[in-house]
Amino acid sequence: MSDWVLKAEGLSKGFTLHLQGGVRIPVLRDAGLVVAPGECVALSGPSGAGKSTLMRLLQGNYGADEGAILICRADGSVADLATASPREVNGLRRDTIGHVSQFLRVIPRVPALEVVAAPLLARGVARELALARAQALLRRLNLPDRLHALPPATFSGGEQQRVNLARGFVADFPLVLLDEPTASLDAANREVVIALIGEAKARGAALVGIFHDLDVRGRVADRVVEVLPLREAA
Amino acid sequence: MMADDEPILSARGLSLSFGAVRALDEVSIDLWPGEVLAIVGESGSGKSTLLRALAGEMRPDAGRVTYRDASGEALEVHAMGEPALRRLARTEWGFVRQDARDGLRMGVSAGGNVGERLMAVGARHYGDIRTEAERWLERVEISPSRIDDRPGQFSGGMRQRLQIARTLVTRPRLVFMDEPTGGLDVSVQARLLDLIRGLVSDLGIAVVLVTHDIAAARLLAHRLVVMRHGRVVEEGLTDRVLDDPRHPYTQLLVSSVLAA
Ligand SMILES: Nc1ncnc2c1ncn2[C@@H]1O[C@H](COP(=O)(O)OP(=O)(O)OP(=O)(O)O)[C@@H](O)[C@H]1O
Ligand SMILES: Nc1ncnc2c1ncn2[C@@H]1O[C@H](COP(=O)(O)OP(=O)(O)OP(=O)(O)O)[C@@H](O)[C@H]1O
Ligand SMILES: [Mg+2]
Ligand SMILES: [Mg+2]
Repeated sequence: MSDWVLKAEGLSKGFTLHLQGGVRIPVLRDAGLVVAPGECVALSGPSGAGKSTLMRLLQGNYGADEGAILICRADGSVADLATASPREVNGLRRDTIGHVSQFLRVIPRVPALEVVAAPLLARGVARELALARAQALLRRLNLPDRLHALPPATFSGGEQQRVNLARGFVADFPLVLLDEPTASLDAANREVVIALIGEAKARGAALVGIFHDLDVRGRVADRVVEVLPLREAA
Repeated sequence: MMADDEPILSARGLSLSFGAVRALDEVSIDLWPGEVLAIVGESGSGKSTLLRALAGEMRPDAGRVTYRDASGEALEVHAMGEPALRRLARTEWGFVRQDARDGLRMGVSAGGNVGERLMAVGARHYGDIRTEAERWLERVEISPSRIDDRPGQFSGGMRQRLQIARTLVTRPRLVFMDEPTGGLDVSVQARLLDLIRGLVSDLGIAVVLVTHDIAAARLLAHRLVVMRHGRVVEEGLTDRVLDDPRHPYTQLLVSSVLAA
């Protein structure tokens, strides 16, 4: 096993807003991050510094202008997300990178149970097993059984977020990205999430998270990495 | 295993002009087995023309289209001749038209529309064909009790679902779709999109989907191609093109939709 799961180096990212006369917004310059197996790293920094931008780069949702995002797959092979083809990125998302976004993107008419089981089904796990694991996790997150068969479109914010969390933790991804995972949860469910993060670390996953809840952050993060606005970093 | 690493469909340097209009200008694309590729862009940008050139329905002035068939053989779509192309369209391909009336036989019953495609690939047993047609009607959420009705008696959404059943019943490897939800109202569109999403992933079909609906592209497509004036201006991972668009035209396109 390599001594890191994620090694991002020399990352630069800016946006050119063509509809606003081509104004250029530099966000990250020469950013880097290394995360070991079993380690949870929290990103912190002022609003607008680029924490979410960095998370999106690590998920392949934004494209890096410069730099490398090396990711070690479960089989030990290494991919560079920064230069990977769309098909490779889709493959990494299927097998390697789990992601809990801040808000669930609802797919019309798909029941919560299916939403959660999807990452397992995509990996070829048998349907019955995938649904059973999805159900167990939803129960653990205290989502009432009667909601499992309903599409999450009408769920409350906290219920949607628990569906989202279950989806991110249902498969044993080597790398898990968490953007404000506990923002809309009550105390009991926050404890469940803290336990899930602990279990992921224990099985050797690397985690990167943005936690605005400092109590949660203190309990799960092994290290805090500051993302500074460019002027201050320079 | 090997075959999955090679595109099922490749176009290189496709150009096609109608008089002074350059409908396609040096377009190249690749599609892999099981992949959904969406083509978006403004009206008149060449999307439908591209689809028809890919499917061999329209001959480009320049460029070529290569299809890798079920046996792994690479076929030149514009060099294979009419009979071979028709056979391919009947067996390994499907085409879902925007106007269901162009993709259905309006004088034939719903069951007949589905059964006809099965017969074209060699099914002979009447009972089996009818059973399979019933199964597919159910799959696209049309009551099997409507099996003997003609498409003219159906609503627009039902007609479109029937066209999808007719297209997919033979389990094609590659399906071309031109605005499959166009002209339907929004709630009907959502249902149809969900249906397409489920079927395409269950059956592992490769799809080239032309749409002006960015939300549909986000829901269905693995990759996205943005066209303007007959050219590909941007392409890539669907969510990256939509959330981190680079080209001025893509930024305009994305900014004009509400939270796709
Ligand atoms: N897709 C985008 N297009 C243009 N600008 C963007 C885009 N995404 C982020 N930005 C800009 O990048 C900068 C950093 O934003 P980001 O969301 O990464 O900050 P953050 O550190 O997560 O802040 P917060 O703590 O408020 O969530 C902001 O100026 C933001 O406007
Ligand atoms: N058979 C034809 N004869 C002449 N011009 C044509 C023909 N087919 C297409 N064109 C022209 O080629 C250009 C591209 O047309 P096409 O139908 O491919 O656009 P599109 O992107 O599908 O647009 P829409 O979104 O409106 O369907 C247009 O300017 C159109 O007028
Ligand atoms: Mg943020
Ligand atoms: Mg068209």
